[in-house]
Order: sequence, then C-alpha cells, then structure tokens
Amino acid sequence: MSSLVEISCVVNGTPTRLAVPPQTSALALLRDHLGLSGTKYGCGEGECGACTILVDGVSVNSCLMFAVDFDGRTITTIEGLAVDRASDPLRQAFVDKGGVQCGFCTPGMVVQSRHVLDKHPHAGPEEVKRGLEGNLCRCTGYKKIVEAVVTAAAAQSAAE
Amino acid sequence: MNAPQHASLIGQRIPKMDAPEKVAGKTRYIQDLNLPGQLYGLILRTERVHARIVSIDTSAAKALPGVRAVLTAADVPIHPIGVNKDNPPLKGDKVRCERDEVAAVAADSLEIAQAALKLITVEYEDLPPLFDPRDSIKPGAPVIHEAKPDNVAMAFDYAHGDVEQGEADSDVVVEDEFTLHRVTHCCMGVSGVIADFEPVSGNLTLYSNTQVPFLHKREFAEVLGMDPSRIRIIQPPIGGGFGSKLDIYPFEPIAVYLARATRRPVKLIFTREEEFIASPTRQPAIIRLRSGAKRDGTLTFRTVDVLLDNGGYTSWGATIPFVMMQTFSSLYRVPHCRYHTKAVYTNNPFAGSFRGYGNLQATFAIEQQMDKLADALGMDAYQFRLKNAQEAGEITGQGMHFKTCGFKDCLETAAGRSGFAEKRKALGAAKGLTGIRRGVGMASMLHVGGGAKIYPSDGCGTILKLDDFGHVTIMTGASEIGQGSETVLAQLVCEELGVPMSAVTVVNNDTDITPWDVGVHASRTTFIAGNSAIGAARKAKDKILAAASTVSNMRAEELDLKGGNIVRAADGEKVMPLAKMLRQLHFSDKAELVMTTNYYEPPSVHQDKGFKGDVSAAYAWATQVVEVEVDTDTGIVRLLKVWAAHDVGRVLNEMGIEGQIEGGIIMGQGYALCEDMPVVDGHLVNPAFRDYKLITAPEIPEMDIQFIETMDGEGPQGAKGVGEAPSICMAAAVANAIENATGVRITSLPFTPERVYSALKGKLQ
Ligand code: FES
Ligand code: FES
Repeated sequence: MSSLVEISCVVNGTPTRLAVPPQTSALALLRDHLGLSGTKYGCGEGECGACTILVDGVSVNSCLMFAVDFDGRTITTIEGLAVDRASDPLRQAFVDKGGVQCGFCTPGMVVQSRHVLDKHPHAGPEEVKRGLEGNLCRCTGYKKIVEAVVTAAAAQSAAE
Repeated sequence: MNAPQHASLIGQRIPKMDAPEKVAGKTRYIQDLNLPGQLYGLILRTERVHARIVSIDTSAAKALPGVRAVLTAADVPIHPIGVNKDNPPLKGDKVRCERDEVAAVAADSLEIAQAALKLITVEYEDLPPLFDPRDSIKPGAPVIHEAKPDNVAMAFDYAHGDVEQGEADSDVVVEDEFTLHRVTHCCMGVSGVIADFEPVSGNLTLYSNTQVPFLHKREFAEVLGMDPSRIRIIQPPIGGGFGSKLDIYPFEPIAVYLARATRRPVKLIFTREEEFIASPTRQPAIIRLRSGAKRDGTLTFRTVDVLLDNGGYTSWGATIPFVMMQTFSSLYRVPHCRYHTKAVYTNNPFAGSFRGYGNLQATFAIEQQMDKLADALGMDAYQFRLKNAQEAGEITGQGMHFKTCGFKDCLETAAGRSGFAEKRKALGAAKGLTGIRRGVGMASMLHVGGGAKIYPSDGCGTILKLDDFGHVTIMTGASEIGQGSETVLAQLVCEELGVPMSAVTVVNNDTDITPWDVGVHASRTTFIAGNSAIGAARKAKDKILAAASTVSNMRAEELDLKGGNIVRAADGEKVMPLAKMLRQLHFSDKAELVMTTNYYEPPSVHQDKGFKGDVSAAYAWATQVVEVEVDTDTGIVRLLKVWAAHDVGRVLNEMGIEGQIEGGIIMGQGYALCEDMPVVDGHLVNPAFRDYKLITAPEIPEMDIQFIETMDGEGPQGAKGVGEAPSICMAAAVANAIENATGVRITSLPFTPERVYSALKGKLQ
C-alpha cells in the first residue's frame, strides 16, 4: 500500500507529529487515529457541517481536507474548544437555550459558531443564520441554536 | 423561620440532561463505538431493480487477504422481515428494488471490505419493471411478489354513515386528486449497528439505533432462530429518529450473520449515500378526495380513495392508512365517510414510518378542500372550520372519544394572533399572477396524543431506585432519540419525590436492565412512560412517608417530600432529610431499600375489524397559520411567518416542547417547499445533501408558538403527546397560502420553484 507522510501540527494545543497515509481525510485522522470522535461524519461531501473544525482559526469541513494538509497548521476540534475557557459561554448557551436535541450536529454547530463569533463578536440573528448556513440540523429547526449563539455573543461582549 | 418555597418543576424551561455532554463532543454515537477485534461489514446492493439473480460469484472476494466472510442468501437461513414478512435480508432468487442486498462482506478494515465488494460479480436476468402504482394494478401487470399476484400489499376499508345520503344532503361538492411525494428522514447520524456474540455463552449483544428495542428483540430472535432472552439490545445515543428506526431493516440481520460467521464483532455503518438509497422514506400517496357541505356550512360527507406506492417490500409505510383514516373520519365532524386505501408493490424504494405517519398526506388533502368548500359556500375559511370543529366530549364515527379537545381554542388562537380572516380577505382581493404576491393559509390537525393501541400492549415499565444519599435512578423502557424524554421523565419523578434534577439518573438504553416498553412512536413517550414513571415515584413516596410517619409521630398524609427533605405538608417545614430517612430504612432492623416498579397501560382500546375504537388515551390538536411570499416570475415561495397553536394538554418542559414544535415546523417547511426524492426507473436521482435540499438556518420563518392547556385527565400532570403534531399542518397551510396569494391551487408537492412556476403559468399537468 501507499507510504506514509510525516507531518507535524498542533492539535488542540498539543504539538503532534504524525505519519499519515496520503489518501486519509482529516476527518478520518481525527476520528480513527487520534480518538477525537467529537467531530462527526454526516455526509463526507462538505454538505452538512457535522465535521467542522478550525484550522488556523478558520472553519473547515474536515471531510474535504486531506490529513497531510494538517502539516504546519494549528487544529482545533470540539474537544479543543471544550478546554478553551473562552468558549464556555457558547457551549453553556447551547445548553441553556435548548440548542441541542439529538446532538449529532452539535459539535459542528458549536465549532462553526465559535468561528462566526470570532469573526463577528457582536453578531445578531441574521449574521448568525448566515454563518450557520452550511451546518444542517434535522431536529431543532435552528431557532434555538441561533438564539444560543446570539446570547453567547452578548455574554462575551459583556465580559469584555 | 420561613419554610423554603419549593417551586414546581412543571412548565419550567429545563435544559436537556444530556446536553452538556453533547456540546462538549463527548457523546458516543454508534459511529463512535468500537469493540476489540471488530470487523467492518459492508453490503453489496443490486444494480437492477427487477431481475432474477442467475448467479453470484464471490470467490475473488473471499480470496482477498483480510476478508473474513462473504455471505449471500445461500449461506443464511431464509427468513423474510418487515410488516408483510416479504423482505429477506439477503436476496437469493430475485431483486425488487434499488436497495436490494445481494451479498455482504466482513473484513479487517473498511478499505478491504470496499475492495472485496468490487470483486463480487452478479449475473442478472431482467424482469419487466413497475414504477407507477397505477400500472401495478392493471390487469396483466408483472408480478413483483409471487405470493401477491395482484401486487396489492395491503388494503384498508373504513366507513361510517351513508355517503350516498351525504351526497344527497350536499349543496356543494368538491373533488380533487392530491399527489404526495417521497422524502426521507435525513437523520444527521447515519444508520448503523454493531453485532457482538459473546464467545462462551453465545449470547448476542446488538448496539443498535432502534426506537423499539423490545419489539426488535423479539423479531431478531425469530429471524436468527435464537432464544429472545439471549439477545441484549444496547442503544447508544441516537443521532435522530423521526420514525426511521421503527422497523427492522436488512442491514441489521446481515451484521449479525457476519458476526456469527466470523465469531468476531461486526460494525456496519452506512455512508450518507447509502442512507439516502437504503433507508426508509415517507410514504408517497395519490389521494382522491370528494367532500360535501350544506349551504349553512355543515360538512356532509367524505369519500376517499388512496393509492400508495408500496415499493418493492412492505415496511410501516404501508400501514399509514390507520392514521390517515383518523384524520379523514374525525378531524371535523363529518356524518358520512367512506375510505379505501391500497398499498401496491412497485420496483421503487419502500417507505417506512416517518413523524406524522400519513397525517401530513391526509391533512394536505383535507385542509385544501376545507378552503375550497368555504370558498364555494362564500364562507370565511376560518368560520367554516370553526363550525365543523370537534369539541370535548365528542365520540366520532370512528369511535374516538375526545375527553379533552382544544381544537376550537387552537383555531381561535392561531387565527386571532395572525389576523387570519382579515389578512386572507385583503390578500385574496389583491391576488394575482404578476410580481411578488403574499398570502396566508391555515391548516389544522388531529393526532394521537396518548399512545396508540396497535400492539397487544401499549404500555411502559419503570423501575425506580433510591440510594442511601437520596439519589434516584429511573430505569425506563422508553428510548431517548433526541426528543428529550429522558429529561421530562426525570422532571416528573423529581416533582413527585421533591428532589432536584441533579439527584436523578435515567437508564433507558439496555434491554437487560430496563423493563418492557412498546417503543418510541405515536407521540407516546411523555404520556405513557411519563405516567409509568409517576406511578413508580408515587409508590416510592408512599413507602418513604409511611416510614417517616413512624419516626415523626405524624400521619403520612401530613407529610410531603420537598427540597430533598421530608417536610410537613401544611407549611413545608423540614422534618428530616430524605437521605437520612432512606439510610434509617436501609440500616435499621427493617433493612429495606426503596425500590419500586410500575407498569402503565393506557385506558385505550384496540380497534375492531372495521377500524373503530378509542385507540388512544388522549388526542392532540393544532392549528397553524402561515404567511408566504410568492415570486410569480421565478416560482420561489418564501415562508415568512408561522403562527402555531397546539393543544398539548399541559406544558411540562417549556423549552423542550418549543424545541419539538420548532423542529417539526421546519421539517414541515422542508416537506412543503424543497425536499424531494425523484426516483427515475427505480433509481434515486439525488442521494446527497447537495441535491436533496434541507431547510438551512437563513430560511427559517418567524415562529409564534402558543400552547393550549386542556389539562388532560389521563395525561401525566395533564400533558399529551406532541412529538409528531408540529410537522403535520405545514404543507397544507402553505398550499392554501399560495392559493390566497395567486389564485392558483396546487395539489401536488413539493412547491419547488419549478412546480410553482409551471402551475402559475398553467403548465402543470
Ligand atoms: S461530513 Fe463533512 S460536511 Fe458533512
Ligand atoms: S440536534 Fe439533531 S441534528 Fe441537530
């Protein structure tokens, strides 16, 4: 089979050296090799957002990215956001506002919301809706997710 | 000192108990579970939709290193599954639709399993296919299942009154044909299963996403020829259900066959493409409906003829006539009703159960005709509905007894808050076929809200245990599928035992531990499992208060449980901590643990052969009004606002119930406007989210949600089931709104820009 490619990257704050097969997707690397199963497979085609991660602070569908392209990058997954204190108001808002039902879309939603709030710290409902356009949720009807993110934006601004 | 005030938990906004874990990405779904030594299973599906299997050559696949088993029908017992027992998990003689499973592989890795599938060759001999259910019932049509030479999988007939009399009594009569399309659940978590035989005992553990673990267990035992008590079903958290996991599907026994053949655990997970192709859909339908009314606005009769495209096999989709029939017979008072449905085989994909269970289809037809009848009579569409709406106390022609009924309140509330009557008049007067037009539409629904007595029992069991520290464990048969049942059950128990939510654990996912439940369907869990849990909690409370009465020298009736304490009922004054009492019971001479069990069976009855009987312990009602904007140049319909009024009996968890209703409304919006599964020559055209359009965040309407609390006497704390209700009205309401905006009534779904544009230009056939 194909030879492995050596890469080094920072995953959730930890410098990591890895040898990965060139065809492996970033999603498979995270889930199957690094045990970071919080990042979900929903479609594998960049259409649902369940696999959203942050690469150098920008949200990416990890199912569309090759693992080798992690080389030299800083990767944050939902597990990484969970240790990052700044994201707590966001996760808490998802809980408090009812933005979670089956929860399968939730990690991707939270990571994408983090990205939206990083770009627009004072985001209102319309900005949030546009920012979450690429993330599908079959359960909630989005309303409570949008409320959660807007609430987190307000909480964040108040804390500044 | 003032005794502390203990606010009731009922009606509060309680976050879901499993949410903190879910937002942290820590929840392990079936995809995230791996067992030591596990193999990867994959299924080879047919390329043909109706063909005889001449031969299958698996030799090259078997020879591939890392392949542990390759199975075909020849290797397994023939035991068909499904509602008609017409679907063998692996097909040996012929294939009947795109989904058909012809071989299965278990291998050391997914890559090897994929490579092995490519090495299997199948020789087919094509048979004449059927794609239109109308062709399936023509004389001389090809036969899809030899056991059903007329291609009729199921037929239903129902009647009350005398429709000929109804016709004679009518001043106006309308008749239409409605065509309902195929959509699918799109659970964000794809289907999957892990089958694991214990090497020594031979017991089977299935990690399964089923919504009906106890029925599943029985069916698995039959299919596998096993003793049911040797099968344990563990349900990891489920990434969405909506009815999709109500039946057993071929991939599940196949995973077990592979595990049995290899003596290793086998994990079989769908891709999204496979999920689209091979999981159940909503039932497509062609409905011919004829209704009449008198000049004074009284409904006179309905005759209904429904043709269902049953696809290649029979799952729950074929049984939606049960629910459709209730809407036709009993949503409004209609003295005469005749109803006939046939589900007929074709070589298309087959339908399963899907939130609403036929009611979206029936409501689409009825509520459009309610508008048409009102217009024909020159009556206000709202007043016409109000005149014929059911009321509490009514027993319908089908035998449903509405002990509580908030229908008129729903109508008044939704109409009042939206300004429906005035808007419909004003927008209707301005209707037209140019530019951008607005319209409002209304639809209402009736659905079971207190379970449905379909199986021998519609019950649910609870085991409740309190530990030495006042912590409560609720073991319930009822499954959590994201709808929040776990949280509601905990709330109901906390309310009885006066403990905080943090003092409760719910165990709901292991058939070796939890008592029997018929499953998550028919919007029944809050009602049935809730009553069961309340009963168990009351038994525990009685036991605790009896013991407390001995130590406190007060009568049990003078005591209560509040705030984690035993208190004086009259003023809430603390008598002793609950935990202390539990320890005294445990460690005293009595040596007792507080553990109780309860089984709740609702006071509903089975329908008779004519489908009559009070099948649910309560009935849910709703009215939804929508406002839309139609761009007549493009056919684009935008949903601006939804006013929803739901008779929910009583709100238990306000945030949870809002979440159910919002999610259901948006699911209904997708059904109405954009979701579609075109099947051409038996093949699904769009098995990907790129082409199967779900509603996204920017497209959601404003939502005004109102609860009508009718305090159902049998409901837990007065509540009724609501899970399915919110998606039911949407398509009908949107259809009525488009008509209000443009004057064009469209009787087929979905209202995509192409369809609406063609209809507005008069080009829709
Ligand atoms: S799994 Fe990556 S976008 Fe769907
Ligand atoms: S919560 Fe289930 S998909 Fe979003």
